[in-house]
Amino acid sequence: MTIRDLFEETYISLSSNKVRSALTMLGIVIGIASVIAMVAIGQGAQGNIEASIQSAGANLLTVIPGAQRGVGQQVSAGRGSAQTLTIGDADAITSGVTDVKAVSPEVSRRYQVTTKGKNTNTSVIGAVADYIVAHNIEMENGSFISETDTKNLGRVAILGSTTRDDLFGEGTSPIGETIRVNNMQFRIIGIAKAKGGSGFNNPDDAIYVPLTTAQKLLTGNQTVSTISVAAVSQQTMTSVQDQMTVVLLERHKISDPQAADFSVINQADIVAAASSVTGTLTALLASIAGISLLVGGIGIMNMMLTTVTERTREIGLRKAIGAHREDVSRQFLMESVSLTFIGGLIGVVLGVTIAWGIGHFAGYASKVTLTSVLLAFGVSAGIGIVFGYYPATRAAKLNPIDALRYE
Amino acid sequence: MPIIKVDNVTKQYSNGNIEFLALKGVSFEIEKGEFVAIMGPSGSGKSTLMHILGALDVPSTGSYVLDGKDVSTMNERELADVRREKIGYVFQSFNLLPRTTVLRNVMLPLMYCGVPHDERQSLAEKALTAAGMDSVHYLHNTNQISGGQMQRVAIARALVNNPSLILADEPTGNLDTKTGNFVMGTFQQLNTQGHTIILITHEREVAEHAKRILVIRDGQIVKEETDHTHRVQSHLDAQPS
Repeated sequence: MTIRDLFEETYISLSSNKVRSALTMLGIVIGIASVIAMVAIGQGAQGNIEASIQSAGANLLTVIPGAQRGVGQQVSAGRGSAQTLTIGDADAITSGVTDVKAVSPEVSRRYQVTTKGKNTNTSVIGAVADYIVAHNIEMENGSFISETDTKNLGRVAILGSTTRDDLFGEGTSPIGETIRVNNMQFRIIGIAKAKGGSGFNNPDDAIYVPLTTAQKLLTGNQTVSTISVAAVSQQTMTSVQDQMTVVLLERHKISDPQAADFSVINQADIVAAASSVTGTLTALLASIAGISLLVGGIGIMNMMLTTVTERTREIGLRKAIGAHREDVSRQFLMESVSLTFIGGLIGVVLGVTIAWGIGHFAGYASKVTLTSVLLAFGVSAGIGIVFGYYPATRAAKLNPIDALRYE
Repeated sequence: MPIIKVDNVTKQYSNGNIEFLALKGVSFEIEKGEFVAIMGPSGSGKSTLMHILGALDVPSTGSYVLDGKDVSTMNERELADVRREKIGYVFQSFNLLPRTTVLRNVMLPLMYCGVPHDERQSLAEKALTAAGMDSVHYLHNTNQISGGQMQRVAIARALVNNPSLILADEPTGNLDTKTGNFVMGTFQQLNTQGHTIILITHEREVAEHAKRILVIRDGQIVKEETDHTHRVQSHLDAQPS
């Protein structure tokens, strides 16, 4: 029995009972399509979350002050409460650490901001020129804080797009206007492009002023609340983190890394944590879809067993004219694998269409990956083998004498 | 040298504690080119004998040599090889594949014999011609043709791989007398072309188409008739069905 014979026999037997073959296939089609669509939705959600974390700045490391701890005391205050970071630390990182793209010391505090007839409560961020590099900020209008502004303690401000909307109305370009922060006047020199973030750290709902100005006029001290450091690439992040820790420990004269008065948060860790959450979500969705695939597989087995019973005499005849066991089992296995394979193919097409439709019409992000398609395909062919094996073996084991007599 | 040599073959079936001896020491020889009928009433052991002759089963004791090969000690796989190479079957109920063309039905044994694709059709057409099948039916499905035609297709299928032995089990059992005689005529014709044929039947009328009749009863060959000996009606004859 050649491969061509096998294909011809399979084609004849599946096409001679088209409705039944199609219905059996439907189970696999639905199973595979839902696995692909579900995984696509899960992957889309994961991509969304990662993108929104990355929008805070690519390859970002954030240094925050450690806990405040009195001399000899075991009790410590909350993380980040200490005021131990300064612009000097930022400069030390710039000069002492390699593979750094931008170093951005920042202070941030919420203030009431007023303009003619309107006011809003928003976070005012004291920033340097590198802030725009570290946090991927693009300008819609005007320019960002320059080195000169920082040096001269310029009273200039850049508005985030949401703040601009709140104070001046949507779509306006209030460059040259003034706002009052904490009763001090600032001149608007630029508007940042919307980034689409949300929640507590919405980069669009903020006002940027020069760091030095903020320290002098608003916070009144020389410390910074965080230092954001952008590494040149994802690969160098760990090395930058290690170098930074060494530089800062040395500057702060701390020998025991456990006692450091600062901590470095690696963006990759946050992404990994978020990914593990969405990964679990994806697995959950996929396993629910997997159940329907399993049911489809049982449908295949059911049909194959019926077929074996129906075709007992045919099997008897085939054995009588000299078919070996494996000729018979191969034929039935081929039938079930063909069903699942074709079903899988249709299911992949359907699943990709559904994923696209969900992305396009319902607005959920969905992402079909090659891995999920290949996996679904492999699983469907595997189901054909697993659920076709028992019926095929049963057919192959039939005794030709009894099979020929079967009514 | 005989093509079939059956020597003291017995077949015992056991079902739990009950043991049943279906064949009680059967011996005969068949030469190449013979047309032999094995005749007996139901329960006589003729089906068991047919299964053994057709390499579907092996005897409990005794030996069966087909075309120089001892079949009685073969395993399942070797038996299947003997069936595909040396035996052509014609069954009472035709056993054609439904929803399949006449031509493909006849080509079926060639598939298992490993005959190349391009040779199969001409071999099948040759066999169909030999079985007296009109070529207009070649591409018809088997459920579109009459019973007599179905049995011709079955005969063609049995012939197609040029077996040493054609084994026909009640080939006229599902046909009316006229078509039955037609089919028996086909067998006689094939016999004159040199095919060795064994016919299993319970009807004397059918058996008489053969040149030699072995009468089996209660698991033993009780009588042998040839064309030369005058056929006498005997009390062993089965009732017409």
